[in-house]
Amino acid sequence: MFRSTSDRLLLGLLRCVSALAAAVVMLIVIFLVIESWPALRSVGPLRFFTDPSWHPASAAGGGAGRFNLIPMLIGTLASTAGAVMLATPLGIASALFCRFYAPKRIATGYRRLLELLTGIPSVVFGLWGLLVLAPLIRQWHPPGQSLLAGVLILTVMILPTVALLSESSLNSVPRAYLRGAAALGLSRWATIRGVVLPAARGGIVTAVLLATGRAIGETMAVLMVAGNVVQVPHSVFDPVRTLTANIALELGYAMDIHRSALFVSGLVLMMMLAALIGLAEWIGGGRMNA
Amino acid sequence: MVWQPGRTDWPDRTVTVVVWLTALTVTGVFLWIVGDVLRHGLSGLSWGFLIEGPRDTGRAGGIGPMIVSTLLVLGVCLAVSVPIGVGTAVWLAEFARGGGLFGRLVRWSLDVLAGVPSIVFGLFGNALFCIYLGMGFSILSGGLTLACMVLPLLIRSCEAGLRAVPDDYRKAATALGLSRSAVLWRILLPAATPGLVVGLVLGIGRALGETAALLFTSGYVDRMPGSLMDSGRTLSVHIYDLAMNVPGGQNRAYATAIVLISLLLIVNVLTSHLADRWLHRRITRT
Amino acid sequence: MKYGWVAVLLLLFAGTGTYVWSHGSQVEPPDLGDGLRGQLVLTGSSTVAPLAGEIAKRFESLHPRVRIDVQTGGSSRGIADARRGTADIGMASRALKPKESDLVHHTIALDGISIILHRDNPATALTDPQIVAIYTGQIANWNQVGGPDAPITVVNKAEGRSTLELFLHHFKLKNQDIHASIVIGDNQQGILTIASDPYAIGYVSIGTASYEVSRGTKIRMLPMKGIEPSLDNVRNGTFPLSRPLNLLTHGEVSELAAAFIAFAQSPQVHDLVEAQYFVPIDQ
Repeated sequence: MFRSTSDRLLLGLLRCVSALAAAVVMLIVIFLVIESWPALRSVGPLRFFTDPSWHPASAAGGGAGRFNLIPMLIGTLASTAGAVMLATPLGIASALFCRFYAPKRIATGYRRLLELLTGIPSVVFGLWGLLVLAPLIRQWHPPGQSLLAGVLILTVMILPTVALLSESSLNSVPRAYLRGAAALGLSRWATIRGVVLPAARGGIVTAVLLATGRAIGETMAVLMVAGNVVQVPHSVFDPVRTLTANIALELGYAMDIHRSALFVSGLVLMMMLAALIGLAEWIGGGRMNA
Repeated sequence: MVWQPGRTDWPDRTVTVVVWLTALTVTGVFLWIVGDVLRHGLSGLSWGFLIEGPRDTGRAGGIGPMIVSTLLVLGVCLAVSVPIGVGTAVWLAEFARGGGLFGRLVRWSLDVLAGVPSIVFGLFGNALFCIYLGMGFSILSGGLTLACMVLPLLIRSCEAGLRAVPDDYRKAATALGLSRSAVLWRILLPAATPGLVVGLVLGIGRALGETAALLFTSGYVDRMPGSLMDSGRTLSVHIYDLAMNVPGGQNRAYATAIVLISLLLIVNVLTSHLADRWLHRRITRT
Repeated sequence: MKYGWVAVLLLLFAGTGTYVWSHGSQVEPPDLGDGLRGQLVLTGSSTVAPLAGEIAKRFESLHPRVRIDVQTGGSSRGIADARRGTADIGMASRALKPKESDLVHHTIALDGISIILHRDNPATALTDPQIVAIYTGQIANWNQVGGPDAPITVVNKAEGRSTLELFLHHFKLKNQDIHASIVIGDNQQGILTIASDPYAIGYVSIGTASYEVSRGTKIRMLPMKGIEPSLDNVRNGTFPLSRPLNLLTHGEVSELAAAFIAFAQSPQVHDLVEAQYFVPIDQ
């Protein structure tokens, strides 16, 4: 299969580069484990799930800290799930709009707009959420800064990722399929549902996965709008704190075990993510790789 | 692609309405946010604002050094991440298709990498690049940290682009007796350019908007950088500082955000034009 | 034309590069005879960092052969970096704790903390017990303290922040007992939150708050035990809630670091401290 030396060289090079990309994750995990080791050793992994609350600061002063991460884990899951559930249909609809519904000029303009949306710093989204969105929600149901506000901000932030990546996978559906569908006299929606979406499925799943990652990892904007109270939310109007917001809020001021406990929450976040992705791959039955 | 409408029925019309409404809503929200930024920030813009250094913690003066730092950090980030990203994507799409433990491991770690919170990237970059590798707070450390961050976006979208190249191309090329490197350069990469461009656009957006990862790596110093080893504050870090730390900095933060968004627009347009040119040249030659 | 865009991009990068290069290889400025030269790194509290950056700029302009890099990242980072020697000087927005007695603090300014409400909230004064009751959830509606019938939005600070510690200490509260509706990080976030919620109560830095009040932001500061929250009252020591902004050193201090610390505590920087809405200290 590989005849020339240049081919063998190329393959070797590519393999090295891929190993480098994978190594970054390993390095980050090692880094997190080293940093969270003091807390894991002195507090024990179990207490991060069984303690009555999250009050880690008193541990630094010699008292008994409390380290329950469960409410924040739920906060992260709830805000991410909400945002992904909203952004996926909106993003796919946006991609379809660009590809099949809009005139060429409008499609280009809309794509440019989505591209700009990706680069707006999270602080700017956060300010908008804090000054415009949260007060609107507050009029409906106080206190305004809530799970709902977090979900909406995250939706706006991950929507371009879903839309742009989905659109590029819609673009790669072979033209022959479309011509075939047209020859059969299928309507536009029937073609999209029956031909285009199944053919672009793998790319769309990748898009949603990357967007999920972004939603889980997003920090500043959520911190500014979600209220950050450590509690299990009973409704979408309750404030929540996500794991990332927790790290960002407290890290700059945390000492000793408290600091180390924050790295544990980073580790938990990555393990959760790894499990989610494994699950997605298992449900997809490896088809997303096809 | 011109659509040749076939039969239309009521589900078809409903979906058309839904799709248009979605696009209008998204546009509306975008205009709302950008309008908000423009309303607060437009008055602060001037030529001097673009070229001068900041005074009085950014409440006066300009953002010249931050623009330079931002471009340098972005340059380092792309110079490192694009070769690694394209290489990995080629390997994943062409040599590790579907199976293989290593291929699956790489893919899985990339998806995990996409969800690592930026602040963790920042602390990791600080520990690895700034302290362990001795680069200190520098534009180099910042760029390398960002490169780690945007890798998953670049790789996954470039890979998707490569996968979309029909197998017939590969078969035909093999039948013609082309080496794999030649197939890669002449056929696969040009065909995957649109995918790579989407990845680049997403990656550049993420890199330009990043705050937390850079606060701990490229740093907070607002002096004009003298070399890649100098610490330099990027535009998004400046926006964060003005909005959250400096009383009365908010309007300046919005003005800086306008500059950042314009910069992004320019870089995006340049990227897609460059890709178009490259694609065009490749296709006309082959 | 084919290469037009390539050319533009290359020019852009080349231009930046050349600029940076030419600045990097600049001739070293003349020695003014004070003998001070070298580089200092400061890291720590995001509250102190903007002020330290301004002081550093003025110091650099007086001593052209000195370069001072100010980095941020939180008080605990300042303490850790000063200990490890990663930074020459740490910055912290609080007093040192007994466990941190290995470090030496150099106060460069004072800051106070004030209770703030939305401007349209009719309450004019709250007693200390009332504030405690509000923060512990025993009073949950403004009508219990003579206000309108509306639930109170209690805004608290995140764990570890020095303003929280000061607040808890003053009111003899434990963070476990506080029933917060919203938890915030930075001062500015607190001000924006309270300015957009007519029924919120919170506490932020006095300097920031009085600046925002003067700009017309919809917040109002409440007196504490009858004492107006103002920078003057922090300066003369009558206001009960205040904190120092500190530079920290560990072990032996270089000549340059000592010179910078002395400069940062001198009257030469009082205008810079006041421009950041903090209280300068008199040595």
